Amino acid sequence: MAEMIEIRWHGRGGQGTVTAAKVLADACLSGGRNVQAFPEYGPERAGAPLRAYNRVSEKILRMHCPVLNPGVVAVVDATLLDAINVAEGAKDDAVFIINTGKDPKDVRLKLKVKPTQKVFTVDASKIAVETIGRNMPNSCMLGAVNRATGIVGMDVLLDDVKGSFGKKFAQKIIDGNLAAVKRGYEEVKEG
Amino acid sequence: MGATTTKIVAVTGNQAVAEALRQLNPDVMPAYPITPSTGIMESFTKFVSDGKVDTETILVESEHSAMSACIGASAAGGRVATATSAQGLALMWEMLHIASGYRLPILMALVNRALSAPLNIHGDHSDGMGMRDCSWIQLFSENAQEAYDNTIMAYRIAEHKDVRLPIAVNMDGFIISHSIESMTFIPDAEVKKFVGDYIAIDPLLDIDHPKSIGALVLPDYYMEHKRAQHEAMLNAKKVISDVSAEFARLFGRTYDLFESYRLEDAEVVLVALNSAAGTIKDEVDRYREKGVKAGLLKPRVFRPFPYEEVGAALKNAKAVCVMDRADSYGGYGPLFMEIASAVQPHRGPVLFNKVYGLGGRDLMPLDVDQLIDETIEVAKTGKAKMIKEYITVRN
Repeated sequence: MAEMIEIRWHGRGGQGTVTAAKVLADACLSGGRNVQAFPEYGPERAGAPLRAYNRVSEKILRMHCPVLNPGVVAVVDATLLDAINVAEGAKDDAVFIINTGKDPKDVRLKLKVKPTQKVFTVDASKIAVETIGRNMPNSCMLGAVNRATGIVGMDVLLDDVKGSFGKKFAQKIIDGNLAAVKRGYEEVKEG
Repeated sequence: MGATTTKIVAVTGNQAVAEALRQLNPDVMPAYPITPSTGIMESFTKFVSDGKVDTETILVESEHSAMSACIGASAAGGRVATATSAQGLALMWEMLHIASGYRLPILMALVNRALSAPLNIHGDHSDGMGMRDCSWIQLFSENAQEAYDNTIMAYRIAEHKDVRLPIAVNMDGFIISHSIESMTFIPDAEVKKFVGDYIAIDPLLDIDHPKSIGALVLPDYYMEHKRAQHEAMLNAKKVISDVSAEFARLFGRTYDLFESYRLEDAEVVLVALNSAAGTIKDEVDRYREKGVKAGLLKPRVFRPFPYEEVGAALKNAKAVCVMDRADSYGGYGPLFMEIASAVQPHRGPVLFNKVYGLGGRDLMPLDVDQLIDETIEVAKTGKAKMIKEYITVRN
Protein backbone atom coordinates (compact mmCIF):
# COMPACT_ATOMS: atom_id res chain seq x y z
CA MET A 1 0.00 0.00 0.00
CA ALA A 2 1.17 3.52 -0.77
CA GLU A 3 2.47 5.54 2.15
CA MET A 4 -0.55 7.83 2.01
CA ILE A 5 -3.90 7.27 0.33
CA GLU A 6 -5.95 10.34 -0.56
CA ILE A 7 -9.62 9.89 -1.46
CA ARG A 8 -11.99 12.44 -2.93
CA TRP A 9 -15.70 11.75 -2.59
CA HIS A 10 -18.24 13.42 -4.87
CA GLY A 11 -21.87 13.30 -3.84
CA ARG A 12 -24.99 15.33 -3.41
CA GLY A 13 -26.33 16.63 -0.12
CA GLY A 14 -28.47 13.99 1.60
CA GLN A 15 -26.81 10.84 0.21
CA GLY A 16 -24.64 10.15 3.23
CA THR A 17 -21.37 10.92 1.45
CA VAL A 18 -19.87 12.71 4.43
CA THR A 19 -20.93 9.84 6.68
CA ALA A 20 -19.23 7.38 4.32
CA ALA A 21 -15.96 9.33 4.57
CA LYS A 22 -16.26 9.38 8.36
CA VAL A 23 -16.99 5.66 8.65
CA LEU A 24 -14.08 4.85 6.36
CA ALA A 25 -11.73 6.99 8.47
CA ASP A 26 -12.84 5.23 11.61
CA ALA A 27 -12.36 1.79 10.04
CA CYS A 28 -8.88 2.73 8.78
CA LEU A 29 -7.71 3.49 12.32
CA SER A 30 -6.98 -0.22 12.54
CA GLY A 31 -3.33 -1.14 12.45
CA GLY A 32 -2.35 2.19 13.97
CA ARG A 33 -2.85 4.22 10.83
CA ASN A 34 -3.50 7.94 10.87
CA VAL A 35 -6.69 9.21 9.31
CA GLN A 36 -8.47 12.37 8.27
CA ALA A 37 -12.03 12.82 7.04
CA PHE A 38 -13.40 16.21 6.17
CA PRO A 39 -16.09 17.65 3.94
CA GLU A 40 -15.99 20.87 1.99
CA TYR A 41 -18.58 23.09 3.59
CA GLY A 42 -20.70 25.39 1.50
CA PRO A 43 -24.32 26.32 1.76
CA GLU A 44 -25.67 22.91 2.77
CA ARG A 45 -28.70 21.89 0.75
CA ALA A 46 -30.14 18.52 -0.11
CA GLY A 47 -29.17 17.70 -3.69
CA ALA A 48 -26.32 20.21 -4.00
CA PRO A 49 -22.97 18.81 -5.19
CA LEU A 50 -20.49 18.33 -2.37
CA ARG A 51 -17.02 16.93 -1.87
CA ALA A 52 -15.53 15.11 1.06
CA TYR A 53 -12.02 13.85 1.57
CA ASN A 54 -10.08 11.10 3.30
CA ARG A 55 -6.41 10.76 4.01
CA VAL A 56 -5.04 7.51 5.40
CA SER A 57 -1.36 7.25 6.19
CA GLU A 58 1.21 5.24 8.09
CA LYS A 59 2.82 8.56 9.00
CA ILE A 60 1.33 11.35 11.11
CA LEU A 61 -0.96 13.53 9.00
CA ARG A 62 -0.11 17.17 9.45
CA MET A 63 -1.40 18.91 6.35
CA HIS A 64 -4.74 20.65 6.67
CA CYS A 65 -5.96 21.35 3.16
CA PRO A 66 -8.20 19.74 0.55
CA VAL A 67 -6.94 16.84 -1.55
CA LEU A 68 -5.89 18.12 -4.97
CA ASN A 69 -4.43 14.93 -6.44
CA PRO A 70 -6.54 12.02 -5.25
CA GLY A 71 -5.47 8.44 -5.74
CA VAL A 72 -9.08 7.35 -5.29
CA VAL A 73 -12.18 9.14 -6.57
CA ALA A 74 -15.56 7.90 -5.36
CA VAL A 75 -18.64 9.27 -7.15
CA VAL A 76 -21.78 8.63 -5.11
CA ASP A 77 -24.11 10.24 -7.65
CA ALA A 78 -23.62 9.51 -11.36
CA THR A 79 -25.47 12.68 -12.44
CA LEU A 80 -22.40 14.55 -11.23
CA LEU A 81 -20.46 13.12 -14.19
CA ASP A 82 -22.41 15.55 -16.41
CA ALA A 83 -22.04 18.46 -14.00
CA ILE A 84 -18.39 18.51 -12.92
CA ASN A 85 -15.06 17.03 -13.94
CA VAL A 86 -14.60 14.36 -11.29
CA ALA A 87 -11.27 13.33 -12.85
CA GLU A 88 -9.69 16.72 -12.18
CA GLY A 89 -6.23 16.40 -10.62
CA ALA A 90 -6.51 12.62 -10.20
CA LYS A 91 -3.20 10.75 -10.06
CA ASP A 92 -2.02 8.82 -13.12
CA ASP A 93 -2.75 5.55 -11.32
CA ALA A 94 -5.99 6.78 -9.74
CA VAL A 95 -8.92 4.47 -9.11
CA PHE A 96 -12.46 5.68 -9.87
CA ILE A 97 -15.48 4.07 -8.23
CA ILE A 98 -18.79 5.25 -9.70
CA ASN A 99 -22.35 4.59 -8.57
CA THR A 100 -23.99 3.67 -11.85
CA GLY A 101 -25.69 0.74 -13.53
CA LYS A 102 -23.52 1.31 -16.61
CA ASP A 103 -20.62 -0.84 -17.67
CA PRO A 104 -17.23 0.43 -16.47
CA LYS A 105 -16.04 0.56 -20.11
CA ASP A 106 -18.76 3.09 -21.01
CA VAL A 107 -17.93 5.22 -18.00
CA ARG A 108 -14.26 5.05 -18.88
CA LEU A 109 -15.04 6.59 -22.29
CA LYS A 110 -17.23 9.28 -20.75
CA LEU A 111 -14.66 10.22 -18.11
CA LYS A 112 -11.82 10.20 -20.65
CA VAL A 113 -9.57 8.62 -18.04
CA LYS A 114 -5.97 7.72 -18.78
CA PRO A 115 -5.10 4.11 -19.66
CA THR A 116 -3.17 3.90 -16.40
CA GLN A 117 -6.25 4.80 -14.35
CA LYS A 118 -8.79 2.20 -13.25
CA VAL A 119 -12.57 2.52 -13.38
CA PHE A 120 -14.99 0.51 -11.25
CA THR A 121 -18.77 0.75 -11.32
CA VAL A 122 -21.47 -0.50 -9.02
CA ASP A 123 -25.23 0.12 -9.07
CA ALA A 124 -25.21 1.35 -5.49
CA SER A 125 -28.58 3.12 -5.75
CA LYS A 126 -30.33 -0.07 -6.89
CA ILE A 127 -28.57 -2.14 -4.23
CA ALA A 128 -29.49 0.47 -1.59
CA VAL A 129 -33.18 0.31 -2.53
CA GLU A 130 -33.05 -3.49 -2.34
CA THR A 131 -31.17 -3.68 0.96
CA ILE A 132 -32.08 -0.53 2.89
CA GLY A 133 -35.35 0.29 1.21
CA ARG A 134 -34.37 3.66 -0.20
CA ASN A 135 -31.74 5.33 -2.36
CA MET A 136 -29.04 5.86 0.24
CA PRO A 137 -25.99 4.62 -1.68
CA ASN A 138 -23.24 5.44 0.84
CA SER A 139 -22.89 2.05 2.55
CA CYS A 140 -22.83 0.19 -0.75
CA MET A 141 -20.20 2.64 -2.03
CA LEU A 142 -18.08 1.91 1.03
CA GLY A 143 -18.04 -1.78 0.15
CA ALA A 144 -17.19 -1.00 -3.48
CA VAL A 145 -14.43 1.45 -2.54
CA ASN A 146 -12.99 -1.15 -0.23
CA ARG A 147 -12.97 -3.81 -2.94
CA ALA A 148 -11.28 -1.43 -5.40
CA THR A 149 -8.66 -0.18 -2.97
CA GLY A 150 -8.23 -2.90 -0.36
CA ILE A 151 -7.81 -0.08 2.12
CA VAL A 152 -9.11 -2.02 5.15
CA GLY A 153 -10.26 -5.52 6.11
CA MET A 154 -13.95 -6.13 5.32
CA ASP A 155 -14.60 -7.42 8.85
CA VAL A 156 -13.27 -4.15 10.28
CA LEU A 157 -15.32 -2.07 7.86
CA LEU A 158 -18.50 -4.01 8.65
CA ASP A 159 -17.86 -3.61 12.37
CA ASP A 160 -17.51 0.13 11.93
CA VAL A 161 -20.65 0.46 9.85
CA LYS A 162 -22.46 -1.48 12.56
CA GLY A 163 -20.93 0.75 15.23
CA SER A 164 -21.69 4.08 13.63
CA PHE A 165 -25.22 3.21 12.48
CA GLY A 166 -25.97 1.29 15.67
CA LYS A 167 -26.12 4.50 17.70
CA LYS A 168 -28.87 6.00 15.59
CA PHE A 169 -30.90 3.36 13.79
CA ALA A 170 -33.08 0.29 14.26
CA GLN A 171 -31.65 -3.20 13.74
CA LYS A 172 -33.42 -3.51 10.39
CA ILE A 173 -31.65 -0.43 9.02
CA ILE A 174 -28.30 -1.61 10.39
CA ASP A 175 -28.75 -5.04 8.77
CA GLY A 176 -29.73 -3.37 5.50
CA ASN A 177 -26.60 -1.23 5.53
CA LEU A 178 -24.37 -4.20 6.32
CA ALA A 179 -25.94 -6.10 3.42
CA ALA A 180 -25.35 -3.06 1.19
CA VAL A 181 -21.66 -2.91 2.14
CA LYS A 182 -21.24 -6.60 1.33
CA ARG A 183 -23.10 -6.39 -1.96
CA GLY A 184 -21.10 -3.32 -2.97
CA TYR A 185 -17.94 -5.29 -2.29
CA GLU A 186 -19.16 -8.31 -4.26
CA GLU A 187 -20.89 -6.66 -7.18
CA VAL A 188 -18.52 -3.84 -8.12
CA LYS A 189 -17.07 -4.37 -11.61
CA GLU A 190 -13.77 -3.27 -13.08
CA GLY A 191 -13.38 -2.28 -16.70
CA MET B 1 5.94 8.87 29.93
CA GLY B 2 3.43 7.80 32.54
CA ALA B 3 1.47 4.57 32.64
CA THR B 4 -1.33 6.10 30.59
CA THR B 5 -3.21 3.67 28.44
CA THR B 6 -4.67 5.62 25.59
CA LYS B 7 -6.96 4.58 22.82
CA ILE B 8 -6.63 6.10 19.38
CA VAL B 9 -9.91 7.56 18.18
CA ALA B 10 -11.05 9.41 15.06
CA VAL B 11 -13.05 12.47 16.08
CA THR B 12 -13.70 16.05 15.04
CA GLY B 13 -12.03 18.94 16.81
CA ASN B 14 -15.37 19.85 18.35
CA GLN B 15 -15.85 16.31 19.67
CA ALA B 16 -12.32 16.35 21.08
CA VAL B 17 -12.94 19.57 23.01
CA ALA B 18 -16.37 18.37 24.16
CA GLU B 19 -14.71 15.21 25.47
CA ALA B 20 -12.14 17.31 27.36
CA LEU B 21 -14.97 19.36 28.87
CA ARG B 22 -16.79 16.18 29.90
CA GLN B 23 -13.66 15.02 31.69
CA LEU B 24 -13.18 18.44 33.30
CA ASN B 25 -16.82 18.31 34.45
CA PRO B 26 -17.34 22.07 35.02
CA ASP B 27 -19.98 23.18 37.51
CA VAL B 28 -21.68 25.54 35.11
CA MET B 29 -21.60 25.91 31.34
CA PRO B 30 -23.58 28.85 29.96
CA ALA B 31 -23.58 29.11 26.17
CA TYR B 32 -25.39 30.44 23.13
CA PRO B 33 -24.26 28.07 20.38
CA ILE B 34 -22.85 29.50 17.15
CA THR B 35 -21.23 27.89 14.11
CA PRO B 36 -18.60 26.42 14.00
CA SER B 37 -18.43 25.87 17.78
CA THR B 38 -22.01 24.53 17.94
CA GLY B 39 -20.77 20.94 17.86
CA ILE B 40 -19.09 21.38 21.23
CA MET B 41 -22.36 22.32 22.91
CA GLU B 42 -24.25 19.68 20.94
CA SER B 43 -21.98 16.96 22.30
CA PHE B 44 -21.76 18.48 25.74
CA THR B 45 -25.50 18.90 26.30
CA LYS B 46 -25.84 15.22 25.37
CA PHE B 47 -23.36 14.40 28.15
CA VAL B 48 -25.56 16.45 30.47
CA SER B 49 -28.75 14.68 29.36
CA ASP B 50 -27.08 11.29 29.71
CA GLY B 51 -25.94 12.13 33.24
CA LYS B 52 -22.26 11.85 32.35
CA VAL B 53 -21.40 15.22 33.90
CA ASP B 54 -22.66 17.16 36.91
CA THR B 55 -22.66 20.39 34.95
CA GLU B 56 -25.54 22.80 34.95
CA THR B 57 -25.89 24.16 31.41
CA ILE B 58 -27.53 27.53 31.05
CA LEU B 59 -28.87 28.19 27.57
CA VAL B 60 -29.18 31.94 27.44
CA GLU B 61 -30.57 34.42 24.91
CA SER B 62 -27.28 35.87 23.63
CA GLU B 63 -23.53 35.54 23.97
CA HIS B 64 -23.42 38.68 26.05
CA SER B 65 -25.67 36.86 28.51
CA ALA B 66 -23.61 33.68 28.18
CA MET B 67 -20.46 35.48 29.32
CA SER B 68 -22.46 37.35 32.00
CA ALA B 69 -23.71 34.01 33.34
CA CYS B 70 -20.13 32.67 33.24
CA ILE B 71 -19.04 35.64 35.31
CA GLY B 72 -21.82 35.21 37.86
CA ALA B 73 -21.26 31.47 38.22
CA SER B 74 -17.49 31.85 38.43
CA ALA B 75 -17.73 34.66 41.01
CA ALA B 76 -20.06 32.43 43.02
CA GLY B 77 -17.22 29.91 43.21
CA GLY B 78 -17.93 27.47 40.40
CA ARG B 79 -15.69 26.04 37.74
CA VAL B 80 -17.11 27.50 34.55
CA ALA B 81 -16.73 27.03 30.80
CA THR B 82 -18.31 28.22 27.57
CA ALA B 83 -17.82 27.85 23.84
CA THR B 84 -18.20 30.39 21.08
CA SER B 85 -16.98 31.77 17.75
CA ALA B 86 -16.79 35.00 15.74
CA GLN B 87 -19.86 37.25 16.20
CA GLY B 88 -20.62 35.42 19.42
CA LEU B 89 -17.26 36.37 20.86
CA ALA B 90 -17.69 39.90 19.51
CA LEU B 91 -20.97 40.23 21.40
CA MET B 92 -19.22 38.99 24.56
CA TRP B 93 -16.50 41.59 24.25
CA GLU B 94 -17.74 43.98 26.92
CA MET B 95 -18.05 41.10 29.39
CA LEU B 96 -14.64 39.64 28.52
CA HIS B 97 -13.06 42.59 30.32
CA ILE B 98 -15.32 42.08 33.33
CA ALA B 99 -14.29 38.41 33.54
CA SER B 100 -10.60 39.22 33.55
CA GLY B 101 -10.99 42.36 35.70
CA TYR B 102 -12.73 40.25 38.34
CA ARG B 103 -9.89 37.72 37.96
CA LEU B 104 -12.22 34.83 37.20
CA PRO B 105 -10.63 31.67 35.74
CA ILE B 106 -13.33 30.99 33.13
CA LEU B 107 -12.50 28.57 30.31
CA MET B 108 -13.59 29.40 26.78
CA ALA B 109 -13.38 27.04 23.82
CA LEU B 110 -12.96 29.47 20.95
CA VAL B 111 -13.46 27.92 17.54
CA ASN B 112 -11.89 30.55 15.30
CA ARG B 113 -14.10 32.00 12.61
CA ALA B 114 -14.11 35.08 10.39
CA LEU B 115 -16.03 38.15 11.47
CA SER B 116 -18.87 39.57 9.38
CA ALA B 117 -19.32 41.47 7.07
CA PRO B 118 -19.33 40.00 4.53
CA LEU B 119 -21.11 37.18 6.33
CA ASN B 120 -18.79 34.17 6.48
CA ILE B 121 -18.80 31.17 8.77
CA HIS B 122 -15.36 29.79 7.95
CA GLY B 123 -12.12 29.75 9.84
CA ASP B 124 -9.76 32.65 10.38
CA HIS B 125 -8.30 34.32 13.46
CA SER B 126 -10.14 37.65 13.39
CA ASP B 127 -12.23 36.73 16.42
CA GLY B 128 -9.30 35.60 18.58
CA MET B 129 -7.22 38.63 17.68
CA GLY B 130 -10.15 40.85 18.64
CA MET B 131 -9.84 39.67 22.26
CA ARG B 132 -6.10 40.28 22.37
CA ASP B 133 -6.36 43.18 24.81
CA CYS B 134 -9.06 41.68 27.04
CA SER B 135 -6.59 40.18 29.52
CA TRP B 136 -7.50 36.59 28.66
CA ILE B 137 -4.80 33.96 28.35
CA GLN B 138 -4.85 32.75 24.74
CA LEU B 139 -3.66 29.30 23.69
CA PHE B 140 -3.67 28.23 20.02
CA SER B 141 -3.94 24.65 18.77
CA GLU B 142 -2.75 23.12 15.50
CA ASN B 143 -5.11 20.14 15.51
CA ALA B 144 -7.75 18.28 17.53
CA GLN B 145 -5.11 16.67 19.77
CA GLU B 146 -3.62 20.02 20.72
CA ALA B 147 -7.05 21.58 21.28
CA TYR B 148 -7.91 18.68 23.58
CA ASP B 149 -4.60 18.84 25.45
CA ASN B 150 -4.76 22.64 25.80
CA THR B 151 -8.30 22.34 27.17
CA ILE B 152 -7.19 19.72 29.71
CA MET B 153 -4.39 22.05 30.86
CA ALA B 154 -6.49 25.23 30.85
CA TYR B 155 -7.96 25.24 34.39
CA ARG B 156 -4.60 24.38 35.93
CA ILE B 157 -3.19 27.53 34.33
CA ALA B 158 -6.16 29.87 34.81
CA GLU B 159 -6.88 28.88 38.42
CA HIS B 160 -3.27 29.06 39.62
CA LYS B 161 -3.03 31.47 42.55
CA ASP B 162 -0.39 33.54 40.75
CA VAL B 163 -2.59 33.90 37.69
CA ARG B 164 -6.39 33.85 38.29
CA LEU B 165 -7.29 34.96 34.79
CA PRO B 166 -9.74 33.62 32.20
CA ILE B 167 -8.36 31.47 29.40
CA ALA B 168 -9.37 30.86 25.78
CA VAL B 169 -8.33 27.76 23.85
CA ASN B 170 -8.35 28.43 20.10
CA MET B 171 -8.67 26.04 17.19
CA ASP B 172 -9.48 26.65 13.53
CA GLY B 173 -13.13 26.60 12.57
CA PHE B 174 -14.12 23.81 10.16
CA ILE B 175 -10.51 22.96 9.24
CA ILE B 176 -10.17 21.41 12.72
CA SER B 177 -13.59 21.75 14.37
CA HIS B 178 -15.40 19.78 11.67
CA SER B 179 -12.62 17.50 10.41
CA ILE B 180 -12.11 14.01 11.73
CA GLU B 181 -8.55 13.18 12.71
CA SER B 182 -6.92 10.45 14.69
CA MET B 183 -5.90 11.42 18.21
CA THR B 184 -5.80 9.99 21.71
CA PHE B 185 -7.83 10.75 24.81
CA ILE B 186 -6.44 10.53 28.32
CA PRO B 187 -8.39 8.22 30.65
CA ASP B 188 -10.99 10.00 32.84
CA ALA B 189 -9.36 9.17 36.16
CA GLU B 190 -6.01 10.57 35.05
CA VAL B 191 -7.58 13.80 33.83
CA LYS B 192 -9.44 14.12 37.13
CA LYS B 193 -6.24 13.63 39.07
CA PHE B 194 -4.28 16.04 36.88
CA VAL B 195 -6.84 18.82 37.05
CA GLY B 196 -7.75 18.42 40.72
CA ASP B 197 -10.54 20.14 42.62
CA TYR B 198 -11.18 23.83 42.32
CA ILE B 199 -10.95 25.84 45.46
CA ALA B 200 -12.27 29.29 44.58
CA ILE B 201 -10.64 32.29 46.21
CA ASP B 202 -13.22 34.56 47.85
CA PRO B 203 -16.34 32.95 46.34
CA LEU B 204 -19.57 34.92 46.69
CA LEU B 205 -21.38 31.82 47.93
CA ASP B 206 -19.16 31.67 51.01
CA ILE B 207 -21.94 33.41 52.93
CA ASP B 208 -20.09 33.28 56.24
CA HIS B 209 -17.57 35.67 54.74
CA PRO B 210 -19.64 38.16 52.77
CA LYS B 211 -17.85 40.26 50.20
CA SER B 212 -18.70 42.39 47.21
CA ILE B 213 -17.40 42.14 43.66
CA GLY B 214 -17.57 44.85 41.07
CA ALA B 215 -17.06 47.93 43.20
CA LEU B 216 -16.49 51.33 41.63
CA VAL B 217 -12.78 52.11 41.43
CA LEU B 218 -11.90 55.67 40.53
CA PRO B 219 -8.53 57.10 39.44
CA ASP B 220 -7.12 56.49 42.92
CA TYR B 221 -6.88 52.68 42.45
CA TYR B 222 -7.84 51.73 38.87
CA MET B 223 -4.25 51.59 37.63
CA GLU B 224 -3.15 49.31 40.46
CA HIS B 225 -5.85 46.83 39.41
CA LYS B 226 -4.71 46.94 35.81
CA ARG B 227 -1.03 46.56 36.65
CA ALA B 228 -1.91 43.58 38.83
CA GLN B 229 -3.64 42.01 35.82
CA HIS B 230 -0.54 42.58 33.69
CA GLU B 231 1.65 40.99 36.34
CA ALA B 232 -0.71 38.04 36.64
CA MET B 233 -0.43 37.63 32.89
CA LEU B 234 3.37 37.67 33.12
CA ASN B 235 3.17 35.06 35.90
CA ALA B 236 1.07 32.91 33.59
CA LYS B 237 4.11 32.28 31.40
CA LYS B 238 5.89 30.28 34.07
CA VAL B 239 2.69 28.55 35.14
CA ILE B 240 1.98 27.50 31.54
CA SER B 241 5.52 26.11 31.26
CA ASP B 242 5.22 24.25 34.58
CA VAL B 243 1.79 22.80 33.84
CA SER B 244 2.92 21.80 30.34
CA ALA B 245 6.02 20.10 31.75
CA GLU B 246 3.90 18.12 34.21
CA PHE B 247 1.50 17.22 31.39
CA ALA B 248 4.43 15.99 29.28
CA ARG B 249 5.74 13.88 32.17
CA LEU B 250 2.37 12.27 32.75
CA PHE B 251 0.99 11.93 29.27
CA GLY B 252 4.01 12.06 26.97
CA ARG B 253 3.07 15.00 24.77
CA THR B 254 5.36 18.00 25.06
CA TYR B 255 4.14 21.57 24.76
CA ASP B 256 6.12 24.78 25.06
CA LEU B 257 5.21 28.46 24.87
CA PHE B 258 5.74 28.02 21.13
CA GLU B 259 6.73 25.13 18.92
CA SER B 260 10.10 25.25 17.19
CA TYR B 261 10.05 23.05 14.12
CA ARG B 262 13.52 22.52 12.61
CA LEU B 263 14.30 26.01 13.87
CA GLU B 264 17.68 25.39 15.53
CA ASP B 265 19.81 26.20 12.46
CA ALA B 266 17.06 27.64 10.25
CA GLU B 267 17.92 30.59 8.01
CA VAL B 268 14.51 30.83 6.38
CA VAL B 269 11.60 30.82 8.84
CA LEU B 270 7.83 30.90 8.57
CA VAL B 271 5.70 31.89 11.57
CA ALA B 272 2.07 30.80 11.74
CA LEU B 273 -0.65 29.91 14.23
CA ASN B 274 -3.01 26.91 14.34
CA SER B 275 -3.75 24.44 11.53
CA ALA B 276 -1.62 26.10 8.84
CA ALA B 277 1.44 25.03 10.84
CA GLY B 278 0.83 21.38 9.94
CA THR B 279 0.81 22.06 6.21
CA ILE B 280 3.93 24.21 6.64
CA LYS B 281 5.82 21.44 8.49
CA ASP B 282 5.40 19.09 5.52
CA GLU B 283 6.79 21.76 3.17
CA VAL B 284 9.64 22.62 5.54
CA ASP B 285 10.63 18.94 5.37
CA ARG B 286 10.55 19.02 1.56
CA TYR B 287 12.79 22.11 1.47
CA ARG B 288 15.16 20.58 4.03
CA GLU B 289 15.53 17.58 1.68
CA LYS B 290 16.56 20.04 -1.02
CA GLY B 291 19.17 21.51 1.31
CA VAL B 292 17.31 24.69 2.28
CA LYS B 293 17.63 25.52 5.96
CA ALA B 294 13.91 26.14 6.47
CA GLY B 295 12.04 26.16 9.77
CA LEU B 296 8.76 27.03 11.44
CA LEU B 297 7.89 28.86 14.62
CA LYS B 298 4.34 28.20 15.78
CA PRO B 299 3.20 30.30 18.75
CA ARG B 300 1.04 28.35 21.17
CA VAL B 301 0.70 31.08 23.80
CA PHE B 302 -0.38 34.38 22.26
CA ARG B 303 -1.20 36.08 25.56
CA PRO B 304 1.05 36.33 27.49
CA PHE B 305 3.30 36.61 24.44
CA PRO B 306 6.75 35.11 25.05
CA TYR B 307 8.76 37.98 23.53
CA GLU B 308 12.20 37.11 24.95
CA GLU B 309 11.98 33.44 24.04
CA VAL B 310 10.67 34.09 20.53
CA GLY B 311 13.29 36.78 19.98
CA ALA B 312 16.05 34.39 21.01
CA ALA B 313 14.65 31.66 18.76
CA LEU B 314 14.54 33.93 15.70
CA LYS B 315 17.63 36.06 16.16
CA ASN B 316 19.90 33.92 14.01
CA ALA B 317 17.48 33.54 11.10
CA LYS B 318 18.15 35.49 7.92
CA ALA B 319 14.55 36.11 6.86
CA VAL B 320 11.24 35.53 8.60
CA CYS B 321 7.84 35.47 6.91
CA VAL B 322 5.10 36.08 9.47
CA MET B 323 1.76 34.72 8.31
CA ASP B 324 -1.40 36.31 9.65
CA ARG B 325 -4.86 34.77 9.34
CA ALA B 326 -6.35 38.07 10.51
CA ASP B 327 -5.62 41.67 9.71
CA SER B 328 -5.33 44.97 11.46
CA TYR B 329 -6.50 47.02 8.51
CA GLY B 330 -4.13 49.88 7.80
CA GLY B 331 -1.57 48.29 10.12
CA TYR B 332 0.47 45.12 10.08
CA GLY B 333 -1.10 41.76 10.87
CA PRO B 334 -1.44 41.13 14.62
CA LEU B 335 1.05 38.24 14.71
CA PHE B 336 3.58 40.27 12.72
CA MET B 337 3.43 43.07 15.29
CA GLU B 338 4.28 40.60 18.07
CA ILE B 339 7.12 39.00 16.15
CA ALA B 340 8.54 42.42 15.24
CA SER B 341 8.46 43.38 18.94
CA ALA B 342 10.12 40.10 19.88
CA VAL B 343 12.93 40.45 17.34
CA GLN B 344 13.44 44.19 17.90
CA PRO B 345 16.17 43.93 20.62
CA HIS B 346 18.31 41.77 18.29
CA ARG B 347 20.02 42.72 15.05
CA GLY B 348 17.91 39.88 13.80
CA PRO B 349 16.38 38.76 10.52
CA VAL B 350 14.53 40.70 7.84
CA LEU B 351 10.81 40.41 8.59
CA PHE B 352 7.88 40.54 6.27
CA ASN B 353 4.18 39.90 6.64
CA LYS B 354 1.70 37.88 4.60
CA VAL B 355 -2.05 37.86 5.20
CA TYR B 356 -3.60 34.54 4.15
CA GLY B 357 -6.64 32.35 4.60
CA LEU B 358 -9.20 34.98 5.58
CA GLY B 359 -12.76 33.68 5.67
CA GLY B 360 -11.53 30.09 5.41
CA ARG B 361 -9.61 30.42 2.12
CA ASP B 362 -7.42 27.33 1.81
CA LEU B 363 -3.69 27.44 2.33
CA MET B 364 -2.31 24.81 -0.03
CA PRO B 365 1.18 23.28 0.05
CA LEU B 366 2.03 25.22 -3.14
CA ASP B 367 1.13 28.50 -1.42
CA VAL B 368 3.52 27.60 1.38
CA ASP B 369 6.22 26.77 -1.19
CA GLN B 370 5.83 30.21 -2.73
CA LEU B 371 6.28 31.79 0.69
CA ILE B 372 9.37 29.72 1.42
CA ASP B 373 10.79 30.66 -2.01
CA GLU B 374 10.17 34.33 -1.31
CA THR B 375 11.73 34.03 2.14
CA ILE B 376 14.83 32.41 0.56
CA GLU B 377 15.02 35.40 -1.79
CA VAL B 378 14.65 37.89 1.06
CA ALA B 379 17.36 36.03 2.99
CA LYS B 380 19.67 36.34 -0.04
CA THR B 381 19.06 40.02 -0.79
CA GLY B 382 18.45 41.16 2.76
CA LYS B 383 15.45 43.10 1.51
CA ALA B 384 11.71 42.44 1.40
CA LYS B 385 9.96 43.92 -1.62
CA MET B 386 6.79 44.58 0.31
CA ILE B 387 6.57 44.40 4.07
CA LYS B 388 2.90 43.43 4.14
CA GLU B 389 0.92 41.77 1.40
CA TYR B 390 -2.16 39.57 0.94
CA ILE B 391 -1.57 36.19 -0.72
CA THR B 392 -3.91 33.87 -2.66
CA VAL B 393 -6.10 36.86 -3.41
CA ARG B 394 -7.58 38.21 -6.66
CA ASN B 395 -6.18 41.49 -7.92
